Amino acid sequence: MREITAGQITETVARLAVEATHFLPEDVEGAIRSAKTTERNPLAVQILEEILENAEIARTRMLPLCQDTGSAVVHVEIGQDVHVTGGYLIDAINEGIRRGYGEGFLRKSIAARPFSARTNTGDNTPGIIHTEIVPGDQLKLHFMPKGGGCENMSRYQNFLPGMGKAAVIDFVCETVDMSGGNPCPPLVIGVGIGGTAEKAMTMAKHTLFRKIGSRHPDEEVAALEDELLEAVNALGVGPQAVGGSTTALDVFVDTFPTHITALPVAVNIQCHSARTKEAVL
Amino acid sequence: MAEGVHLTTPLTDEVIDTLTIGTHVTFTGVIYTARDAAHKRLIELMKNGQELPVDLRGQVIYYVGPTPPRPGAVIGSAGPTTAMRLDPYTIPMLELGLKGIIGKGGRGPAIREAIKQHHAVYCIAVGGAGALLNRHIKSAEVVAFEDLGTEAIRRLGVEGFPAIVVNDCRGNDLLESGKAQYRTSERPIPAVKSLGG
Repeated sequence: MREITAGQITETVARLAVEATHFLPEDVEGAIRSAKTTERNPLAVQILEEILENAEIARTRMLPLCQDTGSAVVHVEIGQDVHVTGGYLIDAINEGIRRGYGEGFLRKSIAARPFSARTNTGDNTPGIIHTEIVPGDQLKLHFMPKGGGCENMSRYQNFLPGMGKAAVIDFVCETVDMSGGNPCPPLVIGVGIGGTAEKAMTMAKHTLFRKIGSRHPDEEVAALEDELLEAVNALGVGPQAVGGSTTALDVFVDTFPTHITALPVAVNIQCHSARTKEAVL
Repeated sequence: MAEGVHLTTPLTDEVIDTLTIGTHVTFTGVIYTARDAAHKRLIELMKNGQELPVDLRGQVIYYVGPTPPRPGAVIGSAGPTTAMRLDPYTIPMLELGLKGIIGKGGRGPAIREAIKQHHAVYCIAVGGAGALLNRHIKSAEVVAFEDLGTEAIRRLGVEGFPAIVVNDCRGNDLLESGKAQYRTSERPIPAVKSLGG
């Protein structure tokens, strides 16, 4: 049994919130740099250049990459041999969000009573916290400030069980096509196939923590990722939807066995400011 | 960044005539911020026959909710938000004389038509470039609905604020023509629909 204090968790989450919102991950910046060399639309190339310049300004002047510093999505992998002491895990994470968004001058974008008063909670809590018990004695925190523009373009649909791969590709393409410039392309697209409705959407979200260019360990799923990326980039949406050959930087897929009646497909879209940051305690 | 057509606010009909889709423009002068919550209140004021806090004639609205400024700074990160969410509120603003809008993403068919009808222009700034756009904002002052925080209406003094014309006064749409030009997919293009509409 290894002890980790609530204070350590709070401190780490606060740091992750600030770092994730100011420093574009290297793999994302690399993918945008590389897209600049393949993009066919000159106007789109200029937009990609502005995105890179923005990352440089954010990093050097400590300005958030985007004014939408997001819902604070935290996926915690808790080793089953870890004992959290000195407070409740969820409170510790929310305290870290409160501190990070306050001290980091981040935007507080969370409205309480969503269908009525919509009062701002004032500190960007509560976070959207996913916990997962894993083997081992470490605690891993994955932080994602998830912007509203792209999150709002998420979609879920259950298809007939025999509809197969074609249904998945059609659904993902239709989602990207209809979203246009709203989710801030070039995108990173997470797709969850199988399980149940909430399992599919959770898988779609969790794939967005992967590195650009990485592929699913299952060959068939990896091939579908390649096929989806090609299909999406043929749509012509382009950076900020001005037209172009770079609509997505990558597509990630995860799957889970599902009910004999079902083919659940969930799409969770990430913008080009694909901000994630991790820490291991 | 490409050198753009320099625009000073407020905008005149003659200047709007010269703008076509795909043109880089830069705004210098005063622009006003407003998002969902502020628009909702403006519409309520209009319904009650009350005076609006801003005279919109010839003005430009920027759909933005900035991050808080660090001590000594004018404003925080300040990039555009999704324009289509404001579609339900846009026509009354154009009727009051609004001439320019800056946001991100496309507009629904009714708004494209209204922009043409009211001889206005819709531009996009690069979404997710809030740090870069911050550098072009020289002053910021809350002029209405302070309780809305980031969603309050602010008067921004801008210099060389960069944007791209997406809907011009002749009814053209850059996103539609751009997609058609660069599409290699055989899939039919789905119709554009306003969000929530």
